[in-house]
Amino acid sequence: MQHTSTQDTLVGLFVAAGILGLFFLSMKVSNLSSFVAEDSYTIIARFENSGGLKVKSPVSAAGVKIGQVSSISFDPKTYQSVVQMNINAQYNTIPTDTSASIYTAGLLGEQYVNLDPGGSEEYLHQDSAIEITQSAIILEKAIGQFLFKSAAEKK
Amino acid sequence: MIRILQYLGKSTRTSFTKLGRATYFLLQTVSGIPSVLLRPRLLLNQLYSVGVLSFLIITISGLFVGMVLSLQGYYTLSDFGAEESLGIMVAASLVRELGPVVSALLFAGRAGSALTAEIGLMKATEQLSGMEMMAVDPIKRIVTPRFLAGLLSMPLLAALFSAVGIIGGQIIGSGLLGVDEGAYWSQMQAGIDFNDDIINGVIKSVVFGFVTSWIALFEGYDAIPTSEGVSRATTRTVVNSAFSILGLDFILTALMFGE
Repeated sequence: MQHTSTQDTLVGLFVAAGILGLFFLSMKVSNLSSFVAEDSYTIIARFENSGGLKVKSPVSAAGVKIGQVSSISFDPKTYQSVVQMNINAQYNTIPTDTSASIYTAGLLGEQYVNLDPGGSEEYLHQDSAIEITQSAIILEKAIGQFLFKSAAEKK
Repeated sequence: MIRILQYLGKSTRTSFTKLGRATYFLLQTVSGIPSVLLRPRLLLNQLYSVGVLSFLIITISGLFVGMVLSLQGYYTLSDFGAEESLGIMVAASLVRELGPVVSALLFAGRAGSALTAEIGLMKATEQLSGMEMMAVDPIKRIVTPRFLAGLLSMPLLAALFSAVGIIGGQIIGSGLLGVDEGAYWSQMQAGIDFNDDIINGVIKSVVFGFVTSWIALFEGYDAIPTSEGVSRATTRTVVNSAFSILGLDFILTALMFGE
């Protein structure tokens, strides 16, 4: 029976290696480990223009990721972009007069929401809205303004 | 003219009857699953010959594919100063496409052809009819364990392929080309989604395992019982498996990753 038990061991080793591979893929390669058992609360911000912001774009404060965008929708009454963000429950001391702006990581990188905390003693909670927002900078618009301005100066 | 039509009609008829036989064969195979699960020894033997013996070729190919991806990706990405995205590039192409597809192609060449030859030869030497004479169902005894083994091994092999490839890409990327190791992993984790990428990759590999084992076993079982017939069946297994894998991959990708 020596042969069968070696075979058993090898099959066991194979299955273990395969499962280890799957485990490696889910834990080390994908984002599964970053949102396991995380409590979060939702806040809303209205932007004039949310640019290239996407669902799952990061939300950061002082350069640290504290949450992610959960949905982006268009409000047909105010013609604004309504961005919902899930913020980690451990960061529950964000003042109500915080301002939200959409920045780009690097020159051509992805866009993210940056929160600049204000000085209020009251804190944001579930479903509260950020009042002060700054839209995404649209590169074409900025270049257009720059060209227009330099043409006007030449005259 | 009539002859051409006749030929067309005949080939349509034969391909339909073959499809019918293959479907019937599949149903018989699947209906044998409970009786195989009661005797796991049969399954274990096949897991050994289908899975364990494919282990080495899959891991070594995975390592080299990952290393090549990393090397080629680096040359293109460094033109744009985006070397840090190497990790996500290697991981996304491996997990979504190359892992399931290349390991399924290798699996068809390594294990599928062996299955066809084995069963075809059993048929040619009348071992299958001998079993029927002893009132042993050859499908339950021979075919189903091999089918199940292929179905189980394929996702494991594909996961191994991707995992080893990503590690190989990291060895080349940060060891040889000087991409920051932290950036390699963090960009990867930011870009690869568990549900969208990993799970879809696993679904793909299960589908490929199913199709490859089905084709291999059916071609063997359906082979003309001569040495030439077995050799033709083996060729057909590899060719048809490759076609089905690549065609299905396109369809699955369009379904899964289309927006």
